[in-house]
Amino acid sequence: MAMSDRVLPLAHTPERANSETALTKVILIGLAVLFLVAILFLPLVTVFIEALRKGWGTLFESFGDPDTLAAIRLTLLVAAIAVPFNAAIGLAASWAIAKFEFRGKNLLLTLIDLPFSISPVISGLVYVLLFGAQGWLGPWLQAHDIQIIFAVPGIVLATVLVTFPFVARELIPLMQSQGTSEEEAALLLGASGWHTFFKVTLPNVKWALLYGVLLCNARAMGEFGAVSVVSGHIRGLTNTMPLHIEILYNEYNFVGAFAVASLLAGLALFTLLAKTVLEWRFAGEIAATARRH
Amino acid sequence: MSVPVRVRNLEKTFGRYPALKGVSLDVEAGELVALLGPSGSGKTTLLRAIAGLEQPDAGQVLFGDLDANTLSLRERRIGFVFQQYALFRHMKVFDNIAFGLRARPRASRPSEAGIRSRVLDLLHLVQLDGLEARYPAQLSGGQRQRVALARALAIEPRVLLLDEPFGALDARVRKDLRKWLRDLHQRTGHTTLFVTHDQDEAFELAGRIAILDHGRIAQVGTAQDILDRPATPFVGSFIEGIARREAQAREWTKPHVVASR
Ligand SMILES: Nc1ncnc2c1ncn2[C@@H]1O[C@H](COP(=O)(O)OP(=O)(O)OP(=O)(O)O)[C@@H](O)[C@H]1O
Ligand SMILES: [Mg+2]
Repeated sequence: MAMSDRVLPLAHTPERANSETALTKVILIGLAVLFLVAILFLPLVTVFIEALRKGWGTLFESFGDPDTLAAIRLTLLVAAIAVPFNAAIGLAASWAIAKFEFRGKNLLLTLIDLPFSISPVISGLVYVLLFGAQGWLGPWLQAHDIQIIFAVPGIVLATVLVTFPFVARELIPLMQSQGTSEEEAALLLGASGWHTFFKVTLPNVKWALLYGVLLCNARAMGEFGAVSVVSGHIRGLTNTMPLHIEILYNEYNFVGAFAVASLLAGLALFTLLAKTVLEWRFAGEIAATARRH
Repeated sequence: MSVPVRVRNLEKTFGRYPALKGVSLDVEAGELVALLGPSGSGKTTLLRAIAGLEQPDAGQVLFGDLDANTLSLRERRIGFVFQQYALFRHMKVFDNIAFGLRARPRASRPSEAGIRSRVLDLLHLVQLDGLEARYPAQLSGGQRQRVALARALAIEPRVLLLDEPFGALDARVRKDLRKWLRDLHQRTGHTTLFVTHDQDEAFELAGRIAILDHGRIAQVGTAQDILDRPATPFVGSFIEGIARREAQAREWTKPHVVASR
């Protein structure tokens, strides 16, 4: 009480400072909104406008193209493999890093960040160097009739590598800030390791995990650079949606290109919408698990 | 139900820092002992080693005739209350307290109805009737502390280990809870080791007090023993405040306040 009494007059005094900060606030918010509209919103709207330029009919027709359908299927397949894989491995790695002490922990942390800091094109090239026909493992793979580069396995590998950090990066800081005492309490109360993991550790991070998975998924579907290097751009076989968009665009098939682009953008928007709805719906629970008590 | 705890020459080193340097301590069945010491003296480390959360480098812990080393964490059946509560933040109070019962293997797990009545009994015991549907974040510090205690009591522990249970609370609440805990102990009779760095708390609450100094037990005894004959200069200076008040109380009134128990 006494504390706040002493603080109050200070917070009250400069009326002018208050109106100045209000003005600064308006200017800053205005700039941010302007920037977002110009850089993010307008291009996004353009995608949909371009896609609809020749009407809904043409838009749907372009989805009937077998190569387009193949690209959509491949993108969904790659995401369906890469996202669960990265979610599982990211969860395991975060758990190890946040809850245990071991040698080489910092090295592991750096490795997790690596895909963020190097260009995706290089990530792709690494696989070509490893598995390509002229690569280190190329001859062995050829001898055993295994195709990785210019085939689906290569695309999956490249996507996994590029999107690996999303889940782990969401989980590690949260798990570290939550510490290990809840797990210790659970073990002392007689819970097994599995029970502790599924009833204590996992529920405490489920929102961060979901968020990481959504981001990972958005990126897995949208990845261009690394996939472009390993894919070989074989129509109907190794073209994902982003690669297919580029090809259509280069062929001056603008409606086709923007049709696929609008689908890709729609998927991303849906992801964000899902996240927002979930955050709004479970706001209380999210606050409870995020706060240290 | 309650068993004595015997700690024999426990040693624990973190890196090169010796946190426990040969600690021996006996807590008799049903006794409440306060472990008193300045910050960093090794109180939490000793408690964690007894609980099995920390593997000691040397020494032994016995629960009755059982060597703790041969027991898993579950088999130890320790009721542990953490310095920072460590309540399960995503669970309601009810589920926090029920956790230990639900974690049991199927054969010894009570029915949901059995769990419910046990949890409600415990809530009544810690005077939190009606709060079972709250989340920990919606409780005051003192209430969280009592939930943590109820959760620990739910597994019918052999031994209760309390790590500065009132450390984060304001002085008034501490006083109330102190009295409440003493009554609770008299009713339930758990062998209890109670960590604190607050001399008043130790002297008011415990039958015997163990004073820890830089990873060694400096003295164990009743409040009277320690006030009358501090074993080392450290103990003398550490309890100086209490000793002075004690002396004043003796001068002013005949039956003295603090050490009269
Ligand atoms: N995991 C650890 N790694 C390294 N050093 C540790 C670890 N845990 C404790 N220590 C050290 O051991 C010593 C004793 O710590 P402990 O937590 O037992 O003290 P405490 O008596 O409980 O203090 P407080 O009253 O502040 O809680 C301290 O010097 C501390 O820095
Ligand atoms: Mg401590």
